[in-house]
Amino acid sequence: MEHETVITITEESFRPLERRKKEMPPAVSHSVWKDISIELISNKVALVSLILLLIIIIGALFAPLSPYDPYALDSSQKLQGISRAHWFGTDEFGRDYFTRVLYGGRVSLTVGFLSMLVTITLGTSIGVFSGYMGGRLDALLMRFTDIFLALPSMLLMVILNTFLQPGLFTLVAVLSLFSWASVARITRAETMSLKERDFVVATKNLGASSLLIAVKHIIPNVLGPVIVAASLSVANAILMESSLSYLGLGVQIPLASWGSMLQGAQSHILDHPLLAVFPGLMILITVLSFNLLGDVLRNALEPKIVK
Amino acid sequence: MEKREVDLEVRNLRKYYPAGRRRFLKAVDDVSFTVYRGETLGIVGESGCGKTTCGKTAIGMLPKTGGEVFFQGKDVHRMTKKERFDFTGKVQMIFQDPYASLDSHQKVYQIVAEGIRIHKLASDKEQEQEMVYELLNMVGLNAEHAGRNVHEFSGGQRQRIGIARALSVNPEFLFCDEPVSALDVSLQAQIVNLLMKLQQEKHLTMLFIAHDLSVVKHISDRIGVMYLGKMVEMTDCDELYDNPLHPYTEALLAAVPIADPDLAEKRKGIVLEGDVPSPVNPPAGCRFCSRCSRRMDICLVEEPVMKEISPGHTVACHLYR
Repeated sequence: MEHETVITITEESFRPLERRKKEMPPAVSHSVWKDISIELISNKVALVSLILLLIIIIGALFAPLSPYDPYALDSSQKLQGISRAHWFGTDEFGRDYFTRVLYGGRVSLTVGFLSMLVTITLGTSIGVFSGYMGGRLDALLMRFTDIFLALPSMLLMVILNTFLQPGLFTLVAVLSLFSWASVARITRAETMSLKERDFVVATKNLGASSLLIAVKHIIPNVLGPVIVAASLSVANAILMESSLSYLGLGVQIPLASWGSMLQGAQSHILDHPLLAVFPGLMILITVLSFNLLGDVLRNALEPKIVK
Repeated sequence: MEKREVDLEVRNLRKYYPAGRRRFLKAVDDVSFTVYRGETLGIVGESGCGKTTCGKTAIGMLPKTGGEVFFQGKDVHRMTKKERFDFTGKVQMIFQDPYASLDSHQKVYQIVAEGIRIHKLASDKEQEQEMVYELLNMVGLNAEHAGRNVHEFSGGQRQRIGIARALSVNPEFLFCDEPVSALDVSLQAQIVNLLMKLQQEKHLTMLFIAHDLSVVKHISDRIGVMYLGKMVEMTDCDELYDNPLHPYTEALLAAVPIADPDLAEKRKGIVLEGDVPSPVNPPAGCRFCSRCSRRMDICLVEEPVMKEISPGHTVACHLYR
């Protein structure tokens, strides 16, 4: 042989290098929740909106602690201004408006969260299934999704709500029906790229079933964009619910949401504008906060490349 | 030499990708080779010559266009669900990129235990844990690493985790797709040595793909050289280095860097002219003819076929007949 091209290197030769490697600190953790908390601490606006949201949610949860009955009519107390006894005054039936706002928050938030849950579950399942299966099934499901994205949803929601028995669950169902499509789109795109990735191929090579791959590898990896979509979806649902309730198609009397309170305040908008201001403000704060938090989540989760 | 048992037999394997307007990218075109039980077959070739596609198609990860592949007598591309599942317990793969091949949402333990769970190799949690720790020890990690997140590990360590995952189902055949090309040179030797050690301990058969000739020489028993989707030469490892027949193999060997500058000076360099032709529109006749220094008239017209020149040494070139 003319020349030997291979230098024999034993494991010993790398010891000094190995030692140096060991001394280096391990890579920074990039868990989802840590990313979010780092982003929250650095972003003051987001922190404020999170705190405001927490106050609203806690207020709604502890609404029964209020000394007033939100449904009891008392005509002697009607349309009072702000006082120590009635923080937000009273409405045209003499009900304590602060208590009404708290109970209204319960309804609005329940609708928001429930429809978010349904939207996310439905959207993620359809998206992951469609993306993972591919082929004709995927094409079919995506055209179906496109139809839902193309429909004038507000109009159809109004029509549907007119025909269906109005109520909280009808509302949740109708709201979810018209918002799962965008989530399905997002998760489908993510799934399509994930399923070609080596770690998914490796799991498939180990003999894993499609279900196992979807549950263990695809879904945890699409969680980031789904969380973002979830927070925006809550805001959207609350807004939609308010619009529908304002049109009288939401929750039914005596149950009140912020939207239906706005409707009730309509007749007194000139003499008692505060009746509209309070529920309006609550909607504004809640929706804005969820949207801001959604942006924070997006910042924290989307740049997947190590910062 | 005694008659050796065949593990993987690839016959006239073809893998074409549609490239628009009824044209095809012939990533793997009419490739045949055999991998005997317990040996390591190395496949070398420059980037884009179809090595990885060939390997992936050979173990059924990609659908074939034509030809046949048999693993221990069974057609890899015509398996029932049950056969396919058993196949996954026998044939495993090590990936090129140690970052993309591990799910960063999982802990090391979950990754290594996954195969054990899927194939129900452990009767209870304790046994599973024992097996995982043993696997980690085997690849040079330890039990303490099991609870850590994947992103805490360096490339070399990740590749070790990948190897542990592949070994978790006690495979007989390992397909290594450039397992060291993404690593530092200092780590390459470690991983290659680890693979060799494991092969001896576990009597593995390996199909080892690389573009680094020194790595392939170190690990392989036999080597196949690929050019533009074709196998051009195949022989024993030493024979290939001592007596390369195909002009392309000669050029490849001449490109191996030599650490000694005096030796490097003396070597006659062969520099290939031009680029690799497009696999969508490969040249007629011999595919290497556009860059070959010893081109003859026949090379432009007739495609050479693999011929056995001496026992165990086959080459596809018109220079030898």
